[in-house]
Parts: sequence; C-alpha cells; structure tokens
Amino acid sequence: MPSTDSGADHGNALPILNEIRHALARLLESGETSVIDLGALPMGPQDEAELLAALGEGEVEATISAGGPSSVRETAFHGVWLLTHRNEAGETLARFIEIAFVPELLMSQAEDVADSAAALAKKLGQAQNS
Amino acid sequence: MAFDGPTIAETLRRQGISRRGFLKFCATTASLMALPPSMVPAIAAALEQARRPSVIWLSFQECTGCTESLTRSHTPSIEGLILEQISLDYHHTLQAASGEAAEAAREAAMRENHGKYLLVVDGSIPLGNPGYSTIAGVSNLDMLKETAAGAAAVIAVGSCAAYGGLPAALPNPTGAVPVSAIIKDKPVMNVPGCPPIPVVITGVLAHFLTFAALPELDDHGRPKVFYGESIHDRCYRRPFYDQGKFAETFDDEGARKGWCLFKLGCKGPVTYNACATTKWNQGVSFPIQSGHGCIGCSEPGFWDMGPLYKPLSMPIAPVQMMVGAAAAGGAIAGAAMALRNRAAKQSAQAAHQKVTVADLEKAK
Repeated sequence: MPSTDSGADHGNALPILNEIRHALARLLESGETSVIDLGALPMGPQDEAELLAALGEGEVEATISAGGPSSVRETAFHGVWLLTHRNEAGETLARFIEIAFVPELLMSQAEDVADSAAALAKKLGQAQNS
Repeated sequence: MAFDGPTIAETLRRQGISRRGFLKFCATTASLMALPPSMVPAIAAALEQARRPSVIWLSFQECTGCTESLTRSHTPSIEGLILEQISLDYHHTLQAASGEAAEAAREAAMRENHGKYLLVVDGSIPLGNPGYSTIAGVSNLDMLKETAAGAAAVIAVGSCAAYGGLPAALPNPTGAVPVSAIIKDKPVMNVPGCPPIPVVITGVLAHFLTFAALPELDDHGRPKVFYGESIHDRCYRRPFYDQGKFAETFDDEGARKGWCLFKLGCKGPVTYNACATTKWNQGVSFPIQSGHGCIGCSEPGFWDMGPLYKPLSMPIAPVQMMVGAAAAGGAIAGAAMALRNRAAKQSAQAAHQKVTVADLEKAK
C-alpha cells in the first residue's frame, strides 16, 4: 500500500507546470532546451497524477530499446516530452520532462552513425566478394 | 586515479550498448547521483575515462540491514554494480569465497590496488573490548586500521558506521564508535540511515566511480546532494504544516487526508536525507507517504533523541500552543517552531527519555 492519503491535493504540480511554461518560452526565444528530473522534486501521489493529467498526451510516442526500454511521449503541449527510462527488468530508473523540439535521445548519435557506416560498408564488401 | 582494465564506456560498448544507450546510462546516473540533468555531458566525459575501482567492504557491529538495502538497489542493480561497474573484492555476505580464501582476497586487493581502492564500512567499532566483534580472529579496530591504510577514501555506510548507531545507544555497552573517530588521515564520507536508501548507497559509489573523488560533504561528513535538505522542507505534506493542518491520531480524518504528521512525532524537521524525493522501493513511497512520521534514522544519536511518537516540541512547550501560533502566524511561527525543534532535539538527547507505553499512546 503505497499511500494512505487518497484524494488530498498538495498543490505540488502547479510550480512544475509554471517551470515548464518558462522553459517553453526559452525554447522559442533562444532554442535552449531544458530537462526536469521528476525524481528530484517533492511529489505526493496525487501531485504526479495531477501533473500528468494536466500535461495530457500528444501526437508522438516512441520506444527506445537501449539498456532496457525507454518511453518517449510528447504531451498535449508541443515541445514538452515525458521520458521514462526503465532497466531490462522493466523497473523505472528515472523520469524526466524534456522541453525541446526533439528529445536528444531520439536523435541518432554521431558515434553510432559512424559505426553503422562502417558496418554497412563491410557488409556490402562481403556481398560483392561472395 | 588510474585503475587498470577497460573504462566504463569501453565496457558498455563491448556489451553492444550504443552511444544512445550510454547517454541514457549517463542521464539515469545523473538522476541517481542527485545531480541536475545539465551535468549529463560532464558525467559522460568522466565515464569515458573512468575505470572499475576495487572496493573492499567491511562489516563490523551491524545487522546486515545496510547490505540488505544495497541489494535492493535497482539503479544500478547489485548485479550490474558488482559485475560491470566496480570490482567488489571483499564483502562477507556477498562474496563466494569463505574462510582463509576470503581473507586472502582482501589482502590481494589491498596489495594490488594500494592507495587506490575504496573502503566501505558498515557497522560501528567496539573499543571496550576487542573480543566483542572480530573477523577471522582480527579485532574490528585492527582490521579497519589495516585496511584503511591503503585506501583512497573511506565510505561509512549506515548510521552505525557514521555515528555509532544502535550499538552506541546509551549506555553504549561495547564502547562503540564510528569510523570517523578512528580514521583521521583519509577522506571519510558518512552515508547514514538505518538503513540508507538503496540508491543513495549506489549513488555515492557511482559518484566515486565517475569522478574518482567523494562528493561535497556537509559538517556531518554527509554528501550534500542527498543530505542537503531536511525531510520536512522536501515533504509533499509540507503545505499542510504551513496551514496548521495536522493528523492528531493515526486513524483520524487528518490522517486519512494526508495532513502533516508533526504532532504524531515526525522528526522530518530535524532530519536531513533524500527520502522525500528519492523515496524507497523504486521510488514508490517513503514513511510519511505511508502514513508514519520520520524517525530521524540518519541523524547522529537518533536512538537517544527521545520517544518516536512524541512531537519534537514536547519537551519544551505543549505542541497545542505552538500549533495554534503556527496556524495564526503562518510561516514566521513555523520558523520559530523549527528553531524550538532543534533545541528540543538537543534537550531530548541530553535527557535521554525512555519509551513507555504511555509515550506510544501520545500524551494529549
């Protein structure tokens, strides 16, 4: 039983929503992205539900399979993303709200692209030799 | 600090983990270490260079609760921590070797990594009689001194190693002392709690692993990132304290509505720990969220701080008066109460009150 206080409103979601509002303004003005670690904030059980309900669900949903599944979901507010990182056992490791045009982890990383280019070249070389 | 073997980044890469997976690892590590997400690039750069450190874990006068807690860490998991990120060369409970082979493993790790290994200690050290607690016939005091001599740093895990804990509770029959009372020539970090939060234990190990140094400490030797703020200041029920809304018993309307547990003896205002944000059981809950006040287990001498269910202000003034003032005066009165709480804690420690059934039923 995680909580005894169903139904109480602690009002801890509102400051986070305001922080997101300011972060969106910064994103539009200067392109600066922001990340909020939900594990670092005081949250009661209703606060989290209230925050997620206020953010809603948007148009994009993606799953990253790297070191366990991570879900990336755009909220109803464009540019506000909810990231949930899980380990191989499905346990939640960390949750972030990222305010960005595209979350960084969705983008292919240069090191991985370089590895892939080499791997593809090798594969084509093998195909031509056989 | 140079350790042999592959770096953490190389190890992950060999396991087929992509750069994207590595960045995810860095992001979750930042969260684990209670560092802001803006630190992720610095963590990534540090982990590119970091190598698995050798760790020796000594258990003295303890209950194994700290190790039980450690094994509940899910980020990183104990398997991931031991197999991939540190080289845990000696730990009574977790190592496969026993007897002479176990002691040989400790001696080999000390010899091969002299000056570089990390020493973790749980449990207090008895000075009254060396025979109170021995390992392989060696007293805790001798083993601590011998093993600390070649360590880069010492981490005292749990309230026993950090402050003496339960074994040092009055009248302290074994003459128990904390690690810091003995080791004066090495950096000593305290990670108190009875037990500490699982991911706080792995978080400080991850910090040492990442940056090859201990994090910034407070005046009790605790890492500020986890122990920098009081439970009370980070408690999601804090707004109710400010409004003067308190649970009077564990089953009244206030308790059901999740109001502040101050009047039921919550020690949150004088306790510094990460429970209110990091929480327990994979972030599910923490004592206050489950309806019970904080018992202050990460504070020095918490066993002798007075009855668990007596409000902090009780030894000095009736809490009803103070609560009335807080409700009327709001934050200013709240601050005054916090000051009184500190005085109350010191007074209670000095007087060491014994717990009676009447205390548990809470004097009205």
